[in-house]
Amino acid sequence: MLESKGSVLVIAGLFFFALAFVSNALVPAMMYKDLPEKTAEQLVTANLRYQFEDLARRFPASFEKHMGKPPEDAAAREKWLNEKCAESLRIGRKVYVGEACWHCHSQFVRPVSNESRRWGPVSESWEYQNELQRPVMFGTRRVGPDLSREGGRRSNDWQAAHLFKPTLLSDGSVMPEYPWFFEGAPDKPNLRGLALMTYLQWLGSWLESYPYYEEYTASSLPADAAPSEVAAAGDAPAAGEAAAPANPAEPAADGGAAEPANPDAAADTEKKEASNAQPTDAELEAAKVAIPGTKPAPPPTGDPQPAESQPSPTESKATENTNPPIDPAPESETPQASTPPAAVEGDERPPAPALPEALFRTASLLMQAI
Amino acid sequence: MSAQTLQPQVVDTDKLVDRKLVLYFYLASLTFLFVSMLGGFLMALQLIRHNPFSGIELFSPGRWRMIHTNAVAYGFLANGLLGSMFWAVPRLTLRPVLSSHLSWFIFIAWQAVVLATAGGILFGQAQGLEWGETPTWIDPVALLGLALVVVNFLPPILMTPGPLYVTLWYFMAALVWTFLTYAMGNFMPEYFVTGSAAGAVGGLFIHDLVGLFVTPIGWGLMYYFVPILLKKPIWSHGLSLVGFWGLAFFYPLQGIHHFLYTPIPMFLQYGAVISTIAVELVVATVIINFFGTLRGSGSAFITNLPIRWFYTGMVFYFLTCLQCAFQTTLTFQAIIHFTDWVVGHAHLVMFGVFGLWIQGVMTYLMPRLLGHEWYSRKLCEWHFWLSSISLFAMAVDLIAGGLVQGTVWRALLPWEVSIDASMPFWVVRVFTGIGMFAGQIVFYVNIYRTWQLGLRPAPAAAPTSTELPAVVAAT
Ligand code: HEC
Ligand code: HEM
Repeated sequence: MLESKGSVLVIAGLFFFALAFVSNALVPAMMYKDLPEKTAEQLVTANLRYQFEDLARRFPASFEKHMGKPPEDAAAREKWLNEKCAESLRIGRKVYVGEACWHCHSQFVRPVSNESRRWGPVSESWEYQNELQRPVMFGTRRVGPDLSREGGRRSNDWQAAHLFKPTLLSDGSVMPEYPWFFEGAPDKPNLRGLALMTYLQWLGSWLESYPYYEEYTASSLPADAAPSEVAAAGDAPAAGEAAAPANPAEPAADGGAAEPANPDAAADTEKKEASNAQPTDAELEAAKVAIPGTKPAPPPTGDPQPAESQPSPTESKATENTNPPIDPAPESETPQASTPPAAVEGDERPPAPALPEALFRTASLLMQAI
Repeated sequence: MSAQTLQPQVVDTDKLVDRKLVLYFYLASLTFLFVSMLGGFLMALQLIRHNPFSGIELFSPGRWRMIHTNAVAYGFLANGLLGSMFWAVPRLTLRPVLSSHLSWFIFIAWQAVVLATAGGILFGQAQGLEWGETPTWIDPVALLGLALVVVNFLPPILMTPGPLYVTLWYFMAALVWTFLTYAMGNFMPEYFVTGSAAGAVGGLFIHDLVGLFVTPIGWGLMYYFVPILLKKPIWSHGLSLVGFWGLAFFYPLQGIHHFLYTPIPMFLQYGAVISTIAVELVVATVIINFFGTLRGSGSAFITNLPIRWFYTGMVFYFLTCLQCAFQTTLTFQAIIHFTDWVVGHAHLVMFGVFGLWIQGVMTYLMPRLLGHEWYSRKLCEWHFWLSSISLFAMAVDLIAGGLVQGTVWRALLPWEVSIDASMPFWVVRVFTGIGMFAGQIVFYVNIYRTWQLGLRPAPAAAPTSTELPAVVAAT
């Protein structure tokens, strides 16, 4: 009987498959049946709208060229912005999928492995109940960090410069560069670039704790000389007025160690910053000189690790619109990016097991050997 | 089986098989493997910061990573398995497939689907579904192609009187499963469900693609070729039954183990974990069965090349499943999910098991398809050793790398630390990749030379395969 065609076809082929389909696919589908699925239009929150308008302010020419001109009338303008924003989300998602960002970045924070301390609240089902998660973007591999709480964590300038050439902002990054989202310079994103940035800013914009920052611990170590990328960026055509790397005066943040500084903890964090990390005026001056296209400025005494970009065309713009209107997290320009591993000196740092460090040391020795 | 041995008239099995078609499937398979490896290299080089084509849109490493996996699944494995089925099914059932025109149409259509997939991905049209990156507009065409495959292969199998031989159970079930899996995986998460539920379907899809398409056809081929080559029946028919029915029942239940700790309901995750461990036991019985078959002819492992490919693949299969039994537990998942451990696992199973089996079958069939003995046995040896050793080194390297990555992440060290810590493993990966690639080059040279020899006007009598399926059926 077990060797007969009928049983192989019907029992194994159809019945067992159906059984698995029901239990593994239909059951979850039924369980979430009552969670409404949001459309892209419904995903446009104030947080996201703020970021979208911020794109328009920071990249006015590009925005107008690719998105069009918003109507003058206030109500019409509101509607227009919402529509454009939703449309950008869709296009941005398509780009995100087409470039396989999801093969290097996950979009879910697991309840294990300290992930909620690194990235923020553990992911929940309702967060995925929307049009942009069809098919869901859980991801397959984390070469880069999880992005499900990326929105609001970096400025649009940072995102633009980073997508244009990740090594500008993250020393030795293995992320590919995407100059084809730009028209030759990081301050000239094309439609795909603008849409992708909207999409990135959307990730996590639905959370109360948005924008979610990792706690930031200042580096107490003098870092090595100004990164060569500064010079390299100068070669990029037209990168002159806008461009890339950063404000060297901003101290590098600790990319991973420590506690979530959600809004409640923000005050705390701020104090710490103030005590040991505020850039001095002199450093800020030095930073302004370090615009690519001119000679890189001598490294300021702080930490020259380019951690946060300030590529906005004018200084005033960069400063005027950094805080999302509805979430006055004071440290929203706080750099979050790359730190040399050695910079993890903060007192809040959870006791790291000795094993990984040893492993890492072995690994880096090995690497030097290679 | 007895039905086949009792077949009254003698059928010339060589006439049943369209050798040219099988050969073409194999050549397509090897071509896509070549392309796929180039894609793998591009991503691997990107990860060690040596991407030679940085900043060129059509060489976007992400896109090539998707081409890498899709070319492996739909180009290399699917073509290799289909070609082998076009050899095995007619010989086993003593009947031709439904239509040879249809067979050729399937061949051409399938290559068109794979090429369109690659092209679509290359131009940024990918669908956001792992292993299903085929752009959405190609999906219905691909499904139609799969339906034609079913229509072509089922008639000879269904016309065989009496109970079927093991291979045909696997083939028959796989034909149905593949069609259903493809339909489910490509349409449901795209059009019908969203969010976590789509994740569950996606997990089921990637899992079923390996477990209900590649695995059963692969094992079916093993049940066909191993007895032929060893000239004796499979050790235990009972274990064959356990293996098939165990796989059929437990395998499809595990999809969600790809997404542990996601918002997918926890009881479903536990279910997937338990059935995963159950299937490892089933796998053990299959492996025991095959090693039981080998017992007494152990020297074939050394002297007989295809047997060596097959059994090495089975050893890797055992290792993969052992690894899987670990990685499916929530304890291990916490560390290894999203790391290179999984990538190591994927290479071990895709190339180490099914890749080796297909190449073993090719090693056996190529002389029969090209009408001449292998040009060089030595090159065959090189092909084997380069492929298997490099693959094994790559898998070990990536699995170890995954453990390091997972531990660094958990320790909340800055992200860059995990990159730096991975670097040595990524460098080793490139070199092992070069080894695998070199194995393929050797293989191509050997095939080309053999083909040239086969073209000569009056060579020594071309080897005709003398084994009749009766040998197999004698179980
Ligand atoms: C080869 C794998 C890879 C691919 C593909 C990739 N990234 Fe990354 N990404 C990384 C790595 C590694 C980092 C961490 C280093 C850095 O900041 O550059 C990173 C960092 C990031 C960050 C900064 C995260 C943070 O807040 O620290 C963002 C945003 C990002 N990637 C977006 C993208 C987008 C969008 C795409 C697709 C267009 C993409 N990445 C494709 C590897 C990748
Ligand atoms: C030249 C040799 C090869 C190289 C250099 C190579 C490299 C790579 C790279 C870099 C990745 C991406 C890993 C990541 O995202 O971190 C990958 C993924 C993958 N490769 Fe390969 N590869 C090679 C050969 C193969 C072969 C022959 C197969 C199968 C027959 C294969 C199957 C896979 C699979 C299934 C994945 C997906 C892993 C996952 O998503 O978990 N590769 N490979």
